[in-house]
Amino acid sequence: MRQIKVDLIEERVAQAVIDANTVLPKDVHGALQTARERETHPAARRFLQIMLENADIACRDRMALCQDCGMVVAHVKLGQEVQLIGGSLETAINRGISTGYQRGYLRKSVVRDPLARINTGDNTPAIVHISLVAGDVLQITLMPKGAGSENMGQLAMLKPSAGVEGVKEFILQVVRAAAGNPCPPVIVGVGIGGNMEKAALLAKHALLREVGRPNESPDLAELETEMLTRINASGIGVMGIGGNNTALAVNIETYPTHIACLPVAVNLGCHSTRRIKLEF
Amino acid sequence: MKTIRAPLELEDIRSLQVGDEVLVEGTIYAARDQAHQRMAEAIRAGRELPFDLRGQIIYYVGPCPAPPGRVIGSAGPTTSGRMDAYAPLLIARGLRVMIGKGSRNQEVKKAMRENGAVYLLTVGGAGAYLAERITAAEVIAYPELGPEALYRLEVRDFPCIVAIDAEGHDIYERPKE
Ligand code: SF4
Repeated sequence: MRQIKVDLIEERVAQAVIDANTVLPKDVHGALQTARERETHPAARRFLQIMLENADIACRDRMALCQDCGMVVAHVKLGQEVQLIGGSLETAINRGISTGYQRGYLRKSVVRDPLARINTGDNTPAIVHISLVAGDVLQITLMPKGAGSENMGQLAMLKPSAGVEGVKEFILQVVRAAAGNPCPPVIVGVGIGGNMEKAALLAKHALLREVGRPNESPDLAELETEMLTRINASGIGVMGIGGNNTALAVNIETYPTHIACLPVAVNLGCHSTRRIKLEF
Repeated sequence: MKTIRAPLELEDIRSLQVGDEVLVEGTIYAARDQAHQRMAEAIRAGRELPFDLRGQIIYYVGPCPAPPGRVIGSAGPTTSGRMDAYAPLLIARGLRVMIGKGSRNQEVKKAMRENGAVYLLTVGGAGAYLAERITAAEVIAYPELGPEALYRLEVRDFPCIVAIDAEGHDIYERPKE
């Protein structure tokens, strides 16, 4: 049995949240560059240029890319042959976040109670999703997710008869309703199948996939391309001002579902989609 | 590109058209949800506001803490729609310019048309870039609100685009190509 000390997890999470908030993932940066090159709307092109310069300044000065440093979503892949020692995994992740958000001058945006709304002061707790896998791996992917994009996500329990056309229509509807609010160009995460919570989780997972890497299924890859083209033809554009760049990618994930169900969830990631993967 | 600076007169506002790119310079005030709520309460209770709104510019932002040697942390715009409930009250008191991101509701647009105000959009998620264009920051009221306090900022070359002009033309409602 492989042993991993939770202290090590805490330490690495503390540094990782700073890195995630200050260094834009390479694939997102690359996609923004491509968008700037193909942008036809002059003001939208200038905005894309500013987004790219922002990423450079944030990285150089170790400043937060965006003042909304999000609520952290932690996706954990834990091998069955790993034994965590010295405390609880969730506590370690939360302690790491607390330290990192203080040390990195990151904004704390989490309230203790959704109704009483008192800030916890250290950006904890995170939302932790754990999947138990074979082997002795431990992988933690951290995603500080801002509210501007998160608030624009939606879920629909479609009728199976709605079929793929119903799914396409729903995706477009969500993107149109979101308009400029989620800071386009966005990454559109789509989860199809499972049940209510599974679809939502798939949509979030879809945002973890690199921009530019299509779904392994050729049919789904084709659907991704079609949706990306249609979304970019919507004219919403960068920050909603128009032009031909509304999305950087459409990432679709699916799961088996019930004979009577067709759940679809759309989770939007902004142009400042931040994520970092830790391997132990 | 036009440059605007507070205090702004009615004719300055009327010369701005939807889609115009502008640079803001000089003094602006930073406020978001809770600071707006406090200002609205003060107006309704007939109390004095922490600053005179006439001709002024408010930026919807809740910045990151300032790292050492910096005047402010990352400071991009927040979603303006959350301030819609308070904006008409402030516009009626002379507020001329709002800076944020996202659309505004009909009441805000009506108040803008009636009183002469514009709504500017700046680049969401460009917090580090925009923070570089803020040369001074000072909390002038509600310090207990932390990042939601009311700040006075000095800015230069702060890039925006007119999203809604004083005639109610709205960039989000323009026919898209
Ligand atoms: S949607 Fe993203 S880029 Fe825009 S303000 Fe929120 S976290 Fe920042």
